[in-house]
Amino acid sequence: MSEAIDLFSQQAANRRRSQWVVVLFVLFFMWLGFGGDYIAYLYTRSATPNEYHHVFPWLGVLLTAVAVAMARSAWRNGPDRVIWASGAEELLVAQTDEERVLVNCVEEMAIAAGLPRPRIYLVPDDDPNAFATGHDERDARIAVTRGMLTTCNRDELQAVIGHELGHIKNHDVSLMTLLAGLIGAIMIVSDGTSRMLRTGNGRSFGGGGGGKKRGDAGPLAAILLAVWVISWLLAPLLTRLLATGVSRGREYLADSMSAQFTRNPLALASALEKIGAASAPTKSIKQSCAHLCIEDPLGRSVNSREGRLADFGTHPPLSMRVARLRAMGYQEMKARGTFVPAAS
Amino acid sequence: MLIVVVLLMVAVVGWGIMSYNGIIALKNQVANAWHQIDVQLKRRHDLIPNLVGSMQHERDTLERVITARNHAIAAQSGGVAATAAAEGQLGGALRGLLAVVEAYPDLKANTNVSRLQEELSSTENKIGFARQLYNDTATQYNTKQAQFPTSLVAGVAGASRADLWEIEDAGERLNPKVDLTLAPPAR
Repeated sequence: MSEAIDLFSQQAANRRRSQWVVVLFVLFFMWLGFGGDYIAYLYTRSATPNEYHHVFPWLGVLLTAVAVAMARSAWRNGPDRVIWASGAEELLVAQTDEERVLVNCVEEMAIAAGLPRPRIYLVPDDDPNAFATGHDERDARIAVTRGMLTTCNRDELQAVIGHELGHIKNHDVSLMTLLAGLIGAIMIVSDGTSRMLRTGNGRSFGGGGGGKKRGDAGPLAAILLAVWVISWLLAPLLTRLLATGVSRGREYLADSMSAQFTRNPLALASALEKIGAASAPTKSIKQSCAHLCIEDPLGRSVNSREGRLADFGTHPPLSMRVARLRAMGYQEMKARGTFVPAAS
Repeated sequence: MLIVVVLLMVAVVGWGIMSYNGIIALKNQVANAWHQIDVQLKRRHDLIPNLVGSMQHERDTLERVITARNHAIAAQSGGVAATAAAEGQLGGALRGLLAVVEAYPDLKANTNVSRLQEELSSTENKIGFARQLYNDTATQYNTKQAQFPTSLVAGVAGASRADLWEIEDAGERLNPKVDLTLAPPAR
């Protein structure tokens, strides 16, 4: 009973987080837009009557509209785009024995989780990794790399899929997919602006008249301008920090849900160790989708280290996750009376 | 004063409706979980005849599986306990068969047999997971209808205790999972 309430509160919390992320995203773009307008207004205020005066906040209106459109499209087409970006192909009819085992494992875990069977995708990549995406359990998708099928045995594959189904059951997937879409959008915008800033700074302030009047605008305008330019440049970093902060805690929860489905936490522990040991980065998974995966596809060293630096990784340290799963496994074995100490 | 009484009544009625709906939702979940087991058991029964064509070895082990299957099909209308007992027998016989297959290299090399083996062991896993889900949901349902104060509404919602799917087979209790990586049993 407590489990059902807990699940419901997890889903509600994720919905709330999604709403906050969208609100923050739009507010940030409103600052970029209306802030820029205000700065331009300050700089052109004392211009002579026949020069350009920035009065109508067209930049703010435009950027707000763009932000709303981007958030809407990230929400609607997010899952399709995440799948498309990884180059995954849907597995409709299993051809090889490996694919058949994958389909069976997904079906088994869907039964254990009490969810409809998600659509299955295969990523043509030799590095073992997996991710889930979708809005809710009805249009959920699970993608697994081919490397995962060759690296893991059946029990381990089952545990990995249990982890992904845990994300689906919590509704983590919709939040994570939304974040992936917004990170992608911000990266495009910030690439464009840094190029614009490199090619000519003054041109963005109506007709070049602003340049020589800059002294009249006062220190407030100068500070605002500095903050404004820095926000443009830091936008991608900030959004990625947001994504990491949101995703890290979810991993432990999905790990324990996998253990609850398979009743075999040791299988996930050994799968995670194998995935960690295959240190090659998963090339087909882009940076904007890193937080969706079962383990950081970029193989960044911050994730494997404990301590303060670990706060910046998309995933908790692998050793911590393995240790927690091992502890669960030994407890279960002791309860069943099959615990055999490793000595001898 | 009147307002307080009205508010209290609204609160009590609201709580009653919520508890009632909660119990009904759980009842449906239990029925759905049971249906999942049913689907997988049907699949298990349908897969077994395929064995007859592809297995030339160990006819008596196969015979035991087929007898257990027929018993299980006959027991289907007998409720949770009877079904569980018959299916437990069938599960034990199937596990014996799957272990035997491991001992014949030529049988394992046959693609048809290895595919059938994967399908059978996957079906066994699915039955296990469906049973796990059913037992978890049924326990939730039983706890909720027995606990005070939801127990007051349980009668109105027509709730009754759901039977758990107990493990009958002694062998199954020891080894709950099909493990194909095990070495062939010493004979």
